[in-house]
Amino acid sequence: MADKIAVEGLNAWFGKTQALHNINMAVPENSITAIIGPSGCGKSTFIRCINRMHEEIRGAYSNGKIILDGEDVYGSGVDPVLIRRRLGMVFQKPNPFPTMSIKENAVAGIILNKRMSRHEIEETAEKYLRRAALWDEVKDQLNKPGVSLSGGQQQRLCIARALAVEPEVLLADEPASALDPISTAKIEDLFTDLKERYTIVVVTHNMQQAARISDRTAFFLSGRLIEYGTTDKIFTNPSDKRTEDYITGRFG
Amino acid sequence: MKTDFRYMRRKIFGTMMLGLSILAALAAVSMLFWILGYTFIKGISAVNLDFFTKLPTPVGVPGGGLANSIVGSIIVVGMAALMAIPVGIATAIYLSEYGRGFFASTVRFVSDVLAGVPAIVAGIVAYALVVTRMHRFSAFSGSVSLALLMLPIIIRSSEEIFRTVPDTLREASFALGVPKWKTILSIVLKTASGGLVTGTILAIARVGGEAAPLLFTSFSNSFWNFNPGQPMATLPVDLFNYSISPYQDWQQKAWAAALVLVGMVLILNISARLYLARKGFKRNG
Ligand SMILES: Nc1ncnc2c1ncn2[C@@H]1O[C@H](COP(=O)(O)OP(=O)(O)O)[C@@H](O)[C@H]1O
Ligand SMILES: [Mg+2]
Repeated sequence: MADKIAVEGLNAWFGKTQALHNINMAVPENSITAIIGPSGCGKSTFIRCINRMHEEIRGAYSNGKIILDGEDVYGSGVDPVLIRRRLGMVFQKPNPFPTMSIKENAVAGIILNKRMSRHEIEETAEKYLRRAALWDEVKDQLNKPGVSLSGGQQQRLCIARALAVEPEVLLADEPASALDPISTAKIEDLFTDLKERYTIVVVTHNMQQAARISDRTAFFLSGRLIEYGTTDKIFTNPSDKRTEDYITGRFG
Repeated sequence: MKTDFRYMRRKIFGTMMLGLSILAALAAVSMLFWILGYTFIKGISAVNLDFFTKLPTPVGVPGGGLANSIVGSIIVVGMAALMAIPVGIATAIYLSEYGRGFFASTVRFVSDVLAGVPAIVAGIVAYALVVTRMHRFSAFSGSVSLALLMLPIIIRSSEEIFRTVPDTLREASFALGVPKWKTILSIVLKTASGGLVTGTILAIARVGGEAAPLLFTSFSNSFWNFNPGQPMATLPVDLFNYSISPYQDWQQKAWAAALVLVGMVLILNISARLYLARKGFKRNG
C-alpha cells in the first residue's frame, strides 16, 4: 500500500513547552492507524498537526514536514483552510452546530462555503448520512436540531458532516470515548467500512478498540513516538519495554 | 453543653442575617413597585387616546397629547440604535474573536470608561461635535449622544455573549475548511443571535429614558417634525419641561409622559426576556 501521509521530523510546541519531539511515521492509504498512549502524551496534538488545527491555538506552533500525497501540508503557499478540506476531523465530544437541523449539519461544510439548492441539500445530506450509518435512524426527523440526537447519533452526524466535504483522510480524536458501548461498537463498525474509501487515523485510549479496528498502531509517550508497527506486532510482540508495559496495563 | 450553646448562637445569628437580607430585598422590590404604582396612579387619568394621537396644546387650552414626542422618542432612539448596534457588535467581534495584546486591551478599557461616563457628558460631547457645527439643535445630535451611551453597553454584553459560544463550534467549523471570517458570520454570530438581540433591546431600554443628554441636543418641539436635522420632541425631555412648569395641566401631562415612558421601557425589558426564553426553549426542544 502506498503511503498517504508521511510525517517527517515533526516537533510541536505550546508556547515554550514542547509537546511533540521529532515524530517520524508513514500512514498507508486505506488503512486505520491507531494512536495510543497515556493521557497528555501528545496524541491530540499530533493529529491536530496533521490538518493544521494545532496552529489555531494561541501560542501554538510546530515545525517539520507532513507530506500528504507528495505535497507538504506546511509548504509555503499552502492554504490551511484548503488543506483541512482534504483532512476531515472528528472530535472527542460530538459538536454539531446548535443552530442547524440534522440535514443542515450533515452538509454544513458545503453550505458554509457555497450555495446549494434545497434539492442538492437533501440529496447530499442523505448520501453522507447513509455513509455514516445514521440515515435509517434520522430519515423521519431531518429538520430537527442536530443537538436533539443522542450522543452516539450526534457523533455519527459529525462524521457525516466531515465526510460531506469529501476529504481523503479522516482524523478522529477519541471519537467514542464519550459514548456508551453500543454507540462505540457502531462507530467502530463504521470506521472499518469507511477505510475502503478513506485513510483513517484514530486516537484512542481504549486498547481493545485499537486492537479491534486498526491495521497499524503507534504508541506515544511523553511527546515521543516510541513504537510504530502493525497492530498485530505491537499487541503480541512489542519490541520496546515501555510499549509492553503500557499495553499490558502496567502504567497509564 | 458548650458546643450546644455555640450552635444555638450560630443558628440564631444565621436566622437573623437571613431575615435582614430578606428585608433588604423586600425594601428594594417595594421601592420599585412604589415607583410604578405612584406613576400609574398619578399618570393614568391623563392617558387617553388623545395623548397618543394629538399634538400638545398651548397653556390653558384643555386636551391635546404628546403624539409627536412619543414618535420623536422612537425616531431618536431608533437612529441611535442604528449607529450603535453595528459598531458595537463589530467591536465585540473584534474583542472576542481577534483581540489580543495592547490595542485590544486599550479598546476594552476605553469602552469601560465610556460605560461610566455620565449621560449629561455624552450630551455635551454630541453638542460640541454636532450642534455647534450644524448651528442648531437636531434629532440627529440627540441620537449621537444616545449612541455614545449605548455603545459601551452593547460592546460589553455582546462580547460576553460571544464568549459563551463554545470554542468546539469554532473548531468544528475550521476543521471543515471554513475560513475564520465565515465561521464568525455563520457560526458564532448565529449561535449568539438570541443573546445579542436581548442585550441590544436592554441597551435600548437603558438609554430610552435619558433626558439629560437630549436637553441640549435634540431639544424639544411642539409640532410634528420628521427631519433629523431639526429639533425633535422626545418623551423624557417633555417630561422634564412639563414637570417643572407651574401649570397644573402640564404637570398632569408630565405624569402621563412618565407612565408611558415607564411602560415602553417595561415592554422592551419584558420582550427581551420573552425572546430569550422562547429562543432557549426552541433550542432544547
Ligand atoms: N492548549 C494547550 N496549552 C498548553 N499546553 C497544552 C494545551 N493542550 C495540550 N497541552 C499540553 O500538551 C501535551 C500533550 O497534550 P495532548 O496532545 O492533548 O495529549 P493527549 O491527547 O495525548 O492526552 C500535554 O502535556 C498537555 O498538557
Ligand atoms: Mg487528547
